[in-house]
Amino acid sequence: MAKARVLIRPKEGILDPQGKAVERALPALGFEGIGHVHVGRMVELEAESPERLGELCEKLLANPLIEDYEIQTL
Amino acid sequence: MIWGVLQFPGSCDERDALHACTLASGEARLIWHEERDLGGVDGVVVPGGFSYGDYLRAGAIARFSPAMEAVAALAAAGGPVLGICNGFQVLCEAGLLPGALLLNESMRFVCRQVDLLGAGSSSPFLVGIEPGERLSIPAKHGEGRYYAPEETLDEIEGNGQVAFRYSPGQNPNGSVRDIAGVTNEAGNVLGLMPHPEHAVDPLTDSTDGLRIFEAMGRFAR
Repeated sequence: MAKARVLIRPKEGILDPQGKAVERALPALGFEGIGHVHVGRMVELEAESPERLGELCEKLLANPLIEDYEIQTL
Repeated sequence: MIWGVLQFPGSCDERDALHACTLASGEARLIWHEERDLGGVDGVVVPGGFSYGDYLRAGAIARFSPAMEAVAALAAAGGPVLGICNGFQVLCEAGLLPGALLLNESMRFVCRQVDLLGAGSSSPFLVGIEPGERLSIPAKHGEGRYYAPEETLDEIEGNGQVAFRYSPGQNPNGSVRDIAGVTNEAGNVLGLMPHPEHAVDPLTDSTDGLRIFEAMGRFAR
């Protein structure tokens, strides 16, 4: 079994209200100078056939219309 | 005309959809998501709710239900399919409709009556609903912001696939171009975020939702 981590993030240019909300909250907490915050998802898994992870991402873990994904084998 | 209304774990509007179909065209039955055979129904409603808890993305897991394969086959054969709210999300995830539904711009769940305007869709599904005609329908969702890339939007507008828009100033979720509902290119699959099945009885004021079920019934005949 190969361990892998899949990072899924909103595509560039698509409004990300979660990221915006986090960004707006930062100054009130004393964190200045932080911008371009985007919130995505991380999926950890173990796979017998890691070569099929791309297909898994395309079909289920990400929606390629709105999200980019990155597969990291560990 | 016999309607089938899908039922997933986490669906919650299937009974109202069943009621609306029955009012509009006589007969409707529930179809459990594990059924591979739709039992000879003429059209299908994919109802609202939170199928599979909306895990991962709304509609992402429900699209792999056995019943959805049968729905895809019915759609390919030209049969009418209506997806409402979560059902719209499922149909987009399944690739039966263009675009995707994202988290509301406000990040809040919205629940309010909205005015929809007929968008002049060329779909045979919506014959009798005129361009600019106003329907008062409730919307209730957290992930209803319609999105598609610009070139897709131009294409679906050009094809007459935009079925409904939110009336100016009433867009509850930040949907691009105020789009509330779209059809596939053939026009026999319709998805919309607001809930026509909750607007079919004078008890809840507007009965405008019935217009959509009646139009679908006429199309199927």
